[in-house]
Amino acid sequence: MTLDGHSVLLYGNEAIARGAYEAGVRVAAAYPGTPSTEIIEAMAGYDEVYVEWSPNEKVALEVAIGAAIGGGRAMAAMKHVGVNVAADPLMTVANTGVLAGLVLVSADDPGMHSSQNEQDSRWWGRFARIPVLEPADSAEAREFTALAFELSERFDTPVLLRTVTRISHARSPVVLAPRSEPPMREYQRNPAKYVIVPANARRLKPKILERLVELREYAETSPVNRIDWPEAAAEGPAPRGFVTGGMAYNYVTEAFPDAPVFKLGMSFPLPERALREFAARVRILYVVEELDPFWELELRAMGLAVVGKALFPEAGELSVELVRRGVVSNEPSAGGAEPALRTGAGPPPAELAALPGRPPVLCPGCPHRGVFHILRRMRLTVAGDIGCYTLGVMPPFEAMDTCICMGASIGNAIGMRRVLPPEQAARVVAVIGDSTFVHSGITPLIDAVYNGTDITVLILDNFTTAMTGHQGHPASGLDARGREAPRVSLEELVAACGVKRSWVVDPLEPRSLESAIRQAIAPGEGPAVVIARRACALIDRSLRGAPPVKYDPEACIECGACLRLGCPALARAGKRPQVQSHLCVGCDLCVKVCPKGALQSGRGGETA
Amino acid sequence: MKSASGPRDSDRSRSSPQAAIQGPVELNDVVVASVGGQGGLLATRVLAQVLSTEGMQVKTSEVHGMAQRGGSVLSFIRRGRGSFAPVIGQGGADALLGLELMEAARALPYLRPGGLVVASTERVIPVPVLTGQYEYPEDLAAVLAGRAGRLVLLPAGEIAAELQNSRVANVACLGALAACVAIPVGVWHEAIRGSVPPRTVEINLAAFERGWAVTGTG
Repeated sequence: MTLDGHSVLLYGNEAIARGAYEAGVRVAAAYPGTPSTEIIEAMAGYDEVYVEWSPNEKVALEVAIGAAIGGGRAMAAMKHVGVNVAADPLMTVANTGVLAGLVLVSADDPGMHSSQNEQDSRWWGRFARIPVLEPADSAEAREFTALAFELSERFDTPVLLRTVTRISHARSPVVLAPRSEPPMREYQRNPAKYVIVPANARRLKPKILERLVELREYAETSPVNRIDWPEAAAEGPAPRGFVTGGMAYNYVTEAFPDAPVFKLGMSFPLPERALREFAARVRILYVVEELDPFWELELRAMGLAVVGKALFPEAGELSVELVRRGVVSNEPSAGGAEPALRTGAGPPPAELAALPGRPPVLCPGCPHRGVFHILRRMRLTVAGDIGCYTLGVMPPFEAMDTCICMGASIGNAIGMRRVLPPEQAARVVAVIGDSTFVHSGITPLIDAVYNGTDITVLILDNFTTAMTGHQGHPASGLDARGREAPRVSLEELVAACGVKRSWVVDPLEPRSLESAIRQAIAPGEGPAVVIARRACALIDRSLRGAPPVKYDPEACIECGACLRLGCPALARAGKRPQVQSHLCVGCDLCVKVCPKGALQSGRGGETA
Repeated sequence: MKSASGPRDSDRSRSSPQAAIQGPVELNDVVVASVGGQGGLLATRVLAQVLSTEGMQVKTSEVHGMAQRGGSVLSFIRRGRGSFAPVIGQGGADALLGLELMEAARALPYLRPGGLVVASTERVIPVPVLTGQYEYPEDLAAVLAGRAGRLVLLPAGEIAAELQNSRVANVACLGALAACVAIPVGVWHEAIRGSVPPRTVEINLAAFERGWAVTGTG
């Protein structure tokens, strides 16, 4: 990307990275999470920037804070739920402020395309009293990121940049500029500002309140907030006007191209005077925002009469059609864009509603399949965690009982172990991936050791953060640029935590895996750990070119054991398997599961 | 605060449904439906490049994540002026490019009346069919024909197999689409060159030509 001055199509995430790069960012840290992941991946393409995958979001933000206090512009990026993990440092750096610019990017996921909730990150602005910028396309993503660094330094505050899936994973034109690196701000020891003991915190608090007043004043004149007053709209009071911003701005302007719009580029704090003036120029003021009634509550608190969530859904993504329908339900004559064409399409025919779904599945050759095959067989109570392996809850395995948040499996298992009836309590296991274990599984494991809770923890070590697209992590041996990196040994880590009983097994060897789990759940003192280790099938070089398994119909007794593996490479033909040779990667798990040798390894040699 | 006045040119020109059926289709809004791993996102990238013309803005929208584990992948490419969303609403797409037959059918609600459908006859069997809970529907070509102003079906999987590279089926589908629209072939070639790995340019261009030929003769 050396095309300075040229327009290129960029994802919102690439544009954020570009904006930060151009603004002279020196440190960028993140933990991967959809839809934020590509920010750091794009940043890794800029050699001038120190880029890291951090073990978790809290560390990522702390690294960025350190850099900003040290005098270099810094950024931390994460998905919306990652900010929960980073909330502790965030709430305090909001009080200390920074030396050089500090930007936190939160990528929200309305509609939960790949998330466990759809929390609205704009609340952090009010909660932490920090400014929130929200772009509506890639060009603004670049522009607002650069502005966020300026505001951070000007107002001595971290700045939150909020994006959503439809911004992060949408491409639109961006004009690039060269990097302009502001000189390092000279670090000077300043414990009254950066050591947050109560005496200092009490002194800082009034400054934060003053800062918020200044930010409100800035919002009144900031170029990121603007009014679009189309010529077609009345000069006097317009029949309707919209307050909107971010992705919703695109839906509103497409649905009602002739209506006046107050576009908020700064989601918090709001420009009260400008909004009041705008409200006085329209008869009905609609607030259109994705997810929570955040602006609506602010506007109502100002005493303005607005219509918002009564018409536009609070759950899920908005759309042009939802905006149009909401307004028309309030004003039948409002019209809106292209209703005739839309209604001409009609509802989807019945035959489309009956199409079989295509749920996400564990890939052919996935090592997790071996684990869930055994967990189902042993009928264990499984406290699960976040990653591809959460798919273990789906048929045909249905072998997961809980999944709350990153790293929760081990703590959940401890709690269950302490209340379930003894028979069942002894059969509680936690299942957690390698990246998730490093993220936030270590401290609950220490809890189990310290308090002598006899649980079994399965660490599914596939050498990568697979769910988000194969990013490195501290136990993977790869860094954010894909270069070799020191590898934290999980077995040494577990031993250092004080775990006395641990096994390392191949999850595609069902017998040894089952034997290890049986030993682990046997009564003992403190936790036991089974590390099920095999590379993710999508990065496992040993599987490349491996021949597909062979099927011998003569030997098959139609027991269905192979089909219960839910492998996309084994179709069902009546009660028999049908090998999909183009999908089979030759992991041979089905060969080991077949009791009669009807499935044979394509590699030749022995079959089990 | 900036105050922009004047017309916001959101007049996104469209051809009428009837006009599209006869001559070359005017392409502004395209839906690409595929299965994770089929190259739907690459096809999206090529289309975005092809539709990038002076004075018009192109936007695309995709959803990454769960969809890539063999799930349905839907992406949108839109071209227009002024302010518009990167997402296509129901009944809004001029053309639907389906890299898999059932995914093409699933995306039909996005097609405008009389719109163009180019779909691969390739079938990727989803797990609910593998496990016997569902049958893979037999009459999908008729379903597509019932909704499309013009339908082009092509054996993209076979074309790719003949070229001994399963990854080029997506570009074969682009070739079939290209033959239906009035965009110079050189523009397509350039976009493909700029989007695929350098050593696969020739084989992708070969797949494109074969896809184009299907429409030409069909």
